[in-house]
Amino acid sequence: MSAIKTFKRPNALSSKEFTYCPGCHHGIVHRLIAEIIDEFEIQGKTLMVAPVGCSVFAYTFFDVDGTVAAHGRAPAVATGMKRARPDNIVFTYQGDGDLAAIGTAEIIHAANRGEKITTIFINNAIYGMTGGQMAPTTLLGMKTTTSPYGRKAENEGYPIHVCELLKETAGVAYLERVTVNSPSEVIKAKKAIKKAFTAQIKGLGFSLVEVLSTCPTNWGMSPKEAMKWLDENMKKEFPIGVFVDKVGDEK
Amino acid sequence: MSEKLMVKGNEAMAEAAIRAGCRLYFGYPITPQSELTEYMARRLPEVKGTFLQSESEVAAVNMIYGAASTGTRVMTSTSSPGFSLMQEGVSYITGAQLPCVFINVVRGGPGLGDIQPAQSDYFQGTKGGGHGDYRLITLAPSSIQEAVDLIPLAFELADEYRNPSLILADGMLGQMMEPVSFSEFKDLSELPDHSDWAMQGNEGREPHKITSFDIDPNKLEEMNMVYNEKYKEIMEKEVRYEATQVKDAEYIMVAYGTMGRILSNVLKMARNEGIKVGLFRPISLWPFPYKALNDLIKGKKGVLTVEMSTGQMVEDVKLGVNGEIPVNFYGRTGGVVPTPNEVLEQLKQMIGRGE
Repeated sequence: MSAIKTFKRPNALSSKEFTYCPGCHHGIVHRLIAEIIDEFEIQGKTLMVAPVGCSVFAYTFFDVDGTVAAHGRAPAVATGMKRARPDNIVFTYQGDGDLAAIGTAEIIHAANRGEKITTIFINNAIYGMTGGQMAPTTLLGMKTTTSPYGRKAENEGYPIHVCELLKETAGVAYLERVTVNSPSEVIKAKKAIKKAFTAQIKGLGFSLVEVLSTCPTNWGMSPKEAMKWLDENMKKEFPIGVFVDKVGDEK
Repeated sequence: MSEKLMVKGNEAMAEAAIRAGCRLYFGYPITPQSELTEYMARRLPEVKGTFLQSESEVAAVNMIYGAASTGTRVMTSTSSPGFSLMQEGVSYITGAQLPCVFINVVRGGPGLGDIQPAQSDYFQGTKGGGHGDYRLITLAPSSIQEAVDLIPLAFELADEYRNPSLILADGMLGQMMEPVSFSEFKDLSELPDHSDWAMQGNEGREPHKITSFDIDPNKLEEMNMVYNEKYKEIMEKEVRYEATQVKDAEYIMVAYGTMGRILSNVLKMARNEGIKVGLFRPISLWPFPYKALNDLIKGKKGVLTVEMSTGQMVEDVKLGVNGEIPVNFYGRTGGVVPTPNEVLEQLKQMIGRGE
């Protein structure tokens, strides 16, 4: 008789209800991280650093020791933890405003030091929690509450490409950009997150997975429209793929 | 206590921290405290510690937040502009109730200022340079030996109250050399492990959550009341000061840190001239020794507060004196250090014997 597989909440997720809007991708990504923590059996030694942004409560959604950093500073906080306790697994969870605007220095230097931490980076091209302002990753022409006429390169510059910047830093062990807007993409994203944690467990260096995500609420779309918009617009600006892989494939 | 060694202030403070059991340091170079950072870089690997030069003071203070979250003894050091950059993190660290030690080797300000000794960061240390209702345990040494002796206390108070401590030094203390005797190395197995609250992995227990955050105002107020009860207890128990020749004094001079030390010379000079003066030197700037000062000034004729600033601690002196006798102030700022003769002249003017 074959074992029955039951779809259930991963152990590494707490019983707290998510605070995310319908159609938002945070929930999917949270679950993937929790599944990886369960599969590696590292729940008892994982330390989590949440950001400031929509996922500010993320430290309560995971059933691991957790904190919330000042805006943008999660990689520095995680560095302090990892240097204090190298045997623990430390990950940060950050949005685009947190990581790619106010926290640009911290992420680049953590990556460049090869800090043995893992970062999950949610890029939805907009500030969610504060109500739909322009992010560093907002697309040209995209309307937000602080770019009401559409983002213009002359005034606001260009969408920043985090993976493309970080791939030049020698301390990076794993770097991939993924999406989670179809079942097959979710499976690929899970593999990417698994590899990122593997990089840390093996002590290879810094790892980051960027997840292109939707924000139906602040994009002013239905969840379904948002998925389509992500495919048609965000993926053009931010091509998905592996940028750095020092982990290699499982044999 | 070991034999006396001739040591530079910045290096002595670093060695004292290591002997107090600190094996983890994050920091960013800034004059006039860089020798402290450099000493840590050289010395920590020798004692199986970890040194990391951060990309900024902003990163340094957040590394401190992370390390302190795990219950590990940790510190940083900086000078005025760098401590300004750290204020965001200081606020978070107090809110999250994390024990750690800061050393500010104060230089002239505001802005880029200069690199000479100053006391113009008193407000920043004692009144909260960051946002929110919080306090820093602020200790002000007046000699290198006293700095070396206060550093283990700073760590112990931080642990006891789960609140950061600040050693408020200045460029004079950082840069000068003096004979110092160090205490023995603390046995690391005696350090508190903080496993009852720290983030060390939740194997076999409920997860620990460390935060300064609650979206519910009533709960955030409750958190603030917890801090406040702690602050009340610190104000009750942790007041430190030195009072010299105050009994028969008609006038009281008040100064802290390097200025306090200079005033101990002024005290001798004045006494030699028959001026009945005493010296009150707060060692804990927060909690400030209000009551001790108030008890002391009963029946005296006046107070002279001297600072290397345009007048910051004098506000606390006035609160302590509470209008009972006149409080005068003399200060030099921008990195200028008043000479004993200069202060003696001020004292004489105050008591109506000016030349």
